[in-house]
Amino acid sequence: MAILEARDLTKSFGGVAAVSQVTLAVEENEIYSIIGPNGAGKSTLFNLLSGRLPCDQGRVFFKGAEITGMPPEQIVRMGMGRSFQVTNIFPRLTVFENIQSTVIFQQGKGLNLFAPAKAMAINETESILEMVGLLEKRNEAAGVLSAGDLKRLELGIVLATKPDLLLLDEPTCGMSPVETAATIDLIKRIAVETSITVLFTEHKMDVVFSISSHITVMNFGRVIATGSPEQIRADGQVQRVYFGEG
Amino acid sequence: MSCNRTQHWSWWLVAAIILIALPFVLEKAVSQYYVYLAIKIIVWALFAMSFNLVLGYGGMMSFGHAAFYGVGAYCAALLIVKASWPMPLAFLAAPVAAALAGLVIGFFSVRIKGVFYFAVLTLSFAQLLYIIVFKWRSFTFGDDGIQGIPVPDIISTQDSYIGYYFFALAVALVCIYLLWRIGRSPFGLMLRALRDNPQRSTFIGMNVQNYRLIAFTISAFFSGVAGALFTFLETSVSPDVLFWSNSGEVILMGLLGGMDVFLGPALGAAIMVLLNSFITSYTQYWQICLGVTLILIVLVFPQGVGGLMAKFYSTWKGEKRA
Repeated sequence: MAILEARDLTKSFGGVAAVSQVTLAVEENEIYSIIGPNGAGKSTLFNLLSGRLPCDQGRVFFKGAEITGMPPEQIVRMGMGRSFQVTNIFPRLTVFENIQSTVIFQQGKGLNLFAPAKAMAINETESILEMVGLLEKRNEAAGVLSAGDLKRLELGIVLATKPDLLLLDEPTCGMSPVETAATIDLIKRIAVETSITVLFTEHKMDVVFSISSHITVMNFGRVIATGSPEQIRADGQVQRVYFGEG
Repeated sequence: MSCNRTQHWSWWLVAAIILIALPFVLEKAVSQYYVYLAIKIIVWALFAMSFNLVLGYGGMMSFGHAAFYGVGAYCAALLIVKASWPMPLAFLAAPVAAALAGLVIGFFSVRIKGVFYFAVLTLSFAQLLYIIVFKWRSFTFGDDGIQGIPVPDIISTQDSYIGYYFFALAVALVCIYLLWRIGRSPFGLMLRALRDNPQRSTFIGMNVQNYRLIAFTISAFFSGVAGALFTFLETSVSPDVLFWSNSGEVILMGLLGGMDVFLGPALGAAIMVLLNSFITSYTQYWQICLGVTLILIVLVFPQGVGGLMAKFYSTWKGEKRA
C-alpha cells in the first residue's frame, strides 16, 4: 500500500504554476527521491505534502487517510516528519535540548507544568544524538553549529517525532563530498534499521541513483518522468532536461 | 558534592536572614518609607517575573500586561467595596479574573503573526480596559479611583508596613517558586523552543497557538496576584494601574535586569523602583535618567544587569575551579 499519495496537486503563485498536476505514490519502506533543476517546484511540492501550504487543486493521502487541508502539526502527529532546505532548529537551546524537547513533546508531556524537564527522556535523546553523530556536541548551543551539523541536528529532531515517513528537503545541501557520503549512509541506515519510509529531494545525481528505489523527475512544476533509477537513466526526455544532452 | 550542597544551603540561609531582617533594619535605621519601597519592589518583581514567562520564555512582546495587573488590582478592590467579599476571598479571586482576561485577550492576540502586530493588539486591549474603567463611573468610580479599601489588622499598613511586608513576601515567594518550576518544566522547554522557532515547533507537531495562549494565561494569573498585592499595599486603586506606561515599565524591567536569567526581571524591578524614588527626590527629570540608563544598557550589555552578573559569576566559578 502507498503510505503517501498525491493526486493532481497544483499550486500557483501569482499566476505562475509552481507545481502543476503532480501525481505520485510512495510505497512503504522505500527510499523515494524527487529530482529536478532549481525552481522545478520540489520544495513547493514538499510544502503541499506536509501541509505547510494549502494546495489550489488536488488531494493528498497519508496512510490511507486524506490529509488535504489539515494543519501541519496534525499531519506531523500522524507520523510525517520533515526537514527544510534552510535548516530549521532551535538556535538558543543546546543540541541536547533540541532533541530532548521534541522527544518530550512526542511523549505527550509538553503540557506538564511542574516536573523538572532536565531529567526527562535522557536515554531516548542520547540514542538519537548518537545515531546522528552529535553526542559529543550535546552541550553546545545549537545556533553555533556548522552547516553539516545543523542538517544532522534537524534530522535528529525529525527522527525524535517518531515518523513513519520522512520528508527530507535537500538533506545534503551545502555539504562537502565527504559529509554528503556520510549523510547518505545515515539516511540509508535509518531507512533500513527503523523501517521509516524516506522521500527526499536532491540535485546531486550520483547520490540519488545510489540509494533510491523510485525517482520522480520534475521540471517547471510538472512531473516529466517517474520510475526506477534504470528507467530514469534511460529516459530520453530526462536526459534532455536534466543532463543537457541531445 | 557535600561541600557544594552545604554551600548551597548557606546561600539560602543568608538570603532568608536578609529578607527577614530587612524590614526591621529599614524601619529602625531609616524610616517606614523604605519598608514601603521594599514591598513595592516585591510587587513589581512578581509582576516583572510573571511577564517574563511571556517575553523571555515565550518570545511574545506583550505591550498590554498592565491589563492583567490592573484587572487583578480592580477585581480585589471591587469585590470588597461593591460585593463586600472578605479580603482573603477577594485576594484569591483577583488572579482568577486576571487569568480570564488573559485567556480572552490572548485568544485573539496569539493568532496574530508578527511581533509588531502582537504588541499593538495587546496594547489596544489594555487601553480599552483602561478607558472602560476610566469612564464607567457608576461601577468603577472612574478616575476618582477607590479609596480606603479595608484590610485585616494583621496586614494593615496603618501603623507599620512590616506585617504587609511579610504577607507580600510570602505570596510573592510562592508565586516565584511556581514560576521557577514552570520555567524548568517540559512546558517551559516547549515555550523556549517555540520562542526560538515557531515553524520548527509546528513541525514537531505542536499547536503553537495553544501553547502561547496557555503561557499568556498563566502569566496573566501571576500578574493579577501582583496587582492585588498592589491594591492592598496602597489600600486604594485608580485607573493608572491599567495605563500603558505600566506595560512599558514592566518591559523595561525585563530589559534592564535581563530576560535570560531567572531573577533578572526582579533585579530590574528593584533597580527601577529605587532609581525612580531616589532620582525623583532630586530632580523632576527622572525619565531622562531612566532613558539614558536604558540606552546604555541596551548598547553596552544587552543581556541586562542580571545577565552581566551571571557572566561574572560563571567566570569567577571557572577561575576558582582552575
